[in-house]
Amino acid sequence: MSLLDIENLSLTIGDTPILKDIELSVAPGEVMGLVGESGSGKSMTALTVMQLLPHAARATGRVTFDGIDILAATEDQMCALRGDDIGMVFQEPMTALNPVKTIGEQVAEGIRWHTKASRAEAEDRARKMLDRVGLPEAKFPMSRYPHELSGGQRQRVVIAIACALKPKLLIADEPTTALDVVLQAQILDLLRDLVAESRMGLLLISHDLAVVTEMADRITILRHGEVMEAGDTARTLSEQFHPYTRQLAQASMHVPARARLHGNETGRPLLQVEGVTRDYPGRRPSLFKRAPGIRAVDDVSLSIAPGRSVALVGRSGCGKSTLARMILALDRPTSGTISFRGETITGKSQAELKPARRDMQVVFQDPYGSFDPRQKVEKLVAEPLHVLEKKPTRAERHEMVAHALHEVGLDQRDMDKYPHEFSGGQRQRLSIARAIITRPKLVVADEPVSALDVSIRAQILDLFAELNQKLGIAYLFITHDLTVARAITDEVLVMHDGKIVERGKTNEVLDHPQSEAAKALVTAAPDLHRAIARRMQEQG
Amino acid sequence: MTAYLLKRLAIALATLLLASMVVFAVLEILPGDPARLMLGMNASADQVELLRNQMGLNAPLAWRYLHWAGGLLSLDFGRSYTYSVPVIDLVRERLAVSLPLALIALALSTIIAIPVGLFSASRRGRAGDTISMGAAQLGVAVPNFWFALMLIYVFAVWLRLVPAGGFPGWSAGIGPALKSLLLPAVALALPQAAILARVTRSALIEVLNEDYIRTARAKGLPYRTVLWRHALRNAMIPVLTILGLQFAFLLAGTIIIENVFYLPGLGRLVFQAITQRDLIVVESVVMLLVAAVIAVNLLVDLSYAVVDPRLRSRQ
Repeated sequence: MSLLDIENLSLTIGDTPILKDIELSVAPGEVMGLVGESGSGKSMTALTVMQLLPHAARATGRVTFDGIDILAATEDQMCALRGDDIGMVFQEPMTALNPVKTIGEQVAEGIRWHTKASRAEAEDRARKMLDRVGLPEAKFPMSRYPHELSGGQRQRVVIAIACALKPKLLIADEPTTALDVVLQAQILDLLRDLVAESRMGLLLISHDLAVVTEMADRITILRHGEVMEAGDTARTLSEQFHPYTRQLAQASMHVPARARLHGNETGRPLLQVEGVTRDYPGRRPSLFKRAPGIRAVDDVSLSIAPGRSVALVGRSGCGKSTLARMILALDRPTSGTISFRGETITGKSQAELKPARRDMQVVFQDPYGSFDPRQKVEKLVAEPLHVLEKKPTRAERHEMVAHALHEVGLDQRDMDKYPHEFSGGQRQRLSIARAIITRPKLVVADEPVSALDVSIRAQILDLFAELNQKLGIAYLFITHDLTVARAITDEVLVMHDGKIVERGKTNEVLDHPQSEAAKALVTAAPDLHRAIARRMQEQG
Repeated sequence: MTAYLLKRLAIALATLLLASMVVFAVLEILPGDPARLMLGMNASADQVELLRNQMGLNAPLAWRYLHWAGGLLSLDFGRSYTYSVPVIDLVRERLAVSLPLALIALALSTIIAIPVGLFSASRRGRAGDTISMGAAQLGVAVPNFWFALMLIYVFAVWLRLVPAGGFPGWSAGIGPALKSLLLPAVALALPQAAILARVTRSALIEVLNEDYIRTARAKGLPYRTVLWRHALRNAMIPVLTILGLQFAFLLAGTIIIENVFYLPGLGRLVFQAITQRDLIVVESVVMLLVAAVIAVNLLVDLSYAVVDPRLRSRQ
């Protein structure tokens, strides 16, 4: 018998249909993967089970959990289920915990609420749960506050809260999307163990096909609020019977076609970083003490030839973004020099940096956060033009913006729109248009596709490849995602603890990693082919 | 935590020092000779000069500042020109009215505003929210003297529950004294409560959209419990800021209400002192208020740290 049974579930919010005739079931001890792109209704399905939907939402159909009709349950009945029989883990560990309460309080709270245990008893159980998720007493006392923990550690706390009372069903909504691959592998292992330990059912929601394939026994693929295909994971993904399944699988392994580069390596490097170090002063626990400082970037040297595409990969917190900020002259190195087109840019004033700024642009991860919502596209895309020597006239500016939009595959009529009128992928095109409008020689892209769905990601990668060929722009891609590095870069630099520990041709490094850090990244990275093969083998 | 505390304390002391210099300097620059004012227009130049010497007005500026500032530290504020009594006695007498009044008004405003804010935020966009925020809008808009007059009409003239004005003094007993402060406190509290309720509501609405509220709900806590345990404390920072500002206002900005209720408070003392050019009283009361505002700000800063652990660990 199934633990969770969803039949004919339809959902509307206001007048907007969100879900249509969803069918889904989870058995005890089973992992059900729910896959789909953003807006496909994955999270709404989960929130329906939890009955934590927005006020205007209306659900019809049947949702049965452990014999209880969820859609007909009262709020009191739901409160008794939530956190006790059904636990939920959310996507964003950085904001999922209350910043003003200790982790111990937050784990113990649910235990006390449901079991009416005494404070001491609840804290004792919370302690055991925190130990269980890999946060041992010695390093992580219960009195720690969330801001004192890293993203991966916080996600463990969230899992501890959700699993504290050994729920029959755990819903994990993109539990690892915000984490780097090594942390992701650890969290997935933890979830797998918890499932095996107590025959818990797991509804794993993700847009990452490879992650779901590694984890799930069965898979349900959603699109526009409807189930496209459902079934055994290995069979569904190896046969790729449904066209949408095939499209998703192909997009997630997409490699843009790129012509090999001509021998450009011998010329003068475009960017040269020599012995760059960046120290941050330590915290001050009291007025007279100072904790030892942190060396975010440690004696890094690298060079990028014109037109080359280079990946800088590493786990979160390894110093890659700090290094990028120094290359962009947004931060000053403690020691070492950075030169761009043969000119030193370290220690230059803002005015002296203008010519360098013109030839060096940036694309950020979050296409939502990097635009002023109150300005029109024309103004936003034209922003970098102020670094030009000669200020363009109105007409010239208009012409340049139109051209840049055309180059990234947008229409020049989009100029009069506001950022919110675009989808995520289109917005990332806008930030690329903004980056290329000054005809830069180098674009630094910080996780440019990690916030995007697989099919959009494939299109944006194609765009990057095309601009590289057409305009000869060199790239520095900062990413923890090895598929991105493999898809679009010629060389790769592996960064660990502020140092570059390995470098070489992308394929060679990723196929035969030498350093510990590179090996860890490669083994932890989910890979769809590998995952399908393993599943097929397991099932014989 | 200690570092945060010491830093805040140092900033507060530096601000106080700077403020005392500014207050002193401004009153030095103002036209009008206190000696001439005390002796009247008919006094001779010699008489004025004599008094100026007596009052130490002819001494060098720096010496006079130090003398004045030193006096402040030992609570010797000098003598009022017009009342001819030590300023400290005047202030003490008036504070006995103003301080309790401000505290009662502040307490009332908090007691009204926080539940209204919580109620409104939890019913955002529904009828309850619209009605209570409409009432709050009205509370901000209605002039408090008019509201005070209405209160007098209903509770003093019509129902005869409380006196219409005046202050019997604390010597008349706590009951009658509190009774005479009740209406003015309500009149002061209501507009403040309206502002505070709006701030509480908007801070809460922001917090209620946070992910950790969802996490708390997913634990199985009912909505109301989440509101009190998880949302309110996170919404406290803007609320505390406004409370600090309101206390400063309630201590000194109450002259209209003091006049309506005929209360001998600080506001009226300052007003009289200004019209009579009793600069030494003005100077002292202004300094006192500056000190009070700085002290309240310090308190607010410290309460931030109590509310939010992230501020404790930051430098």
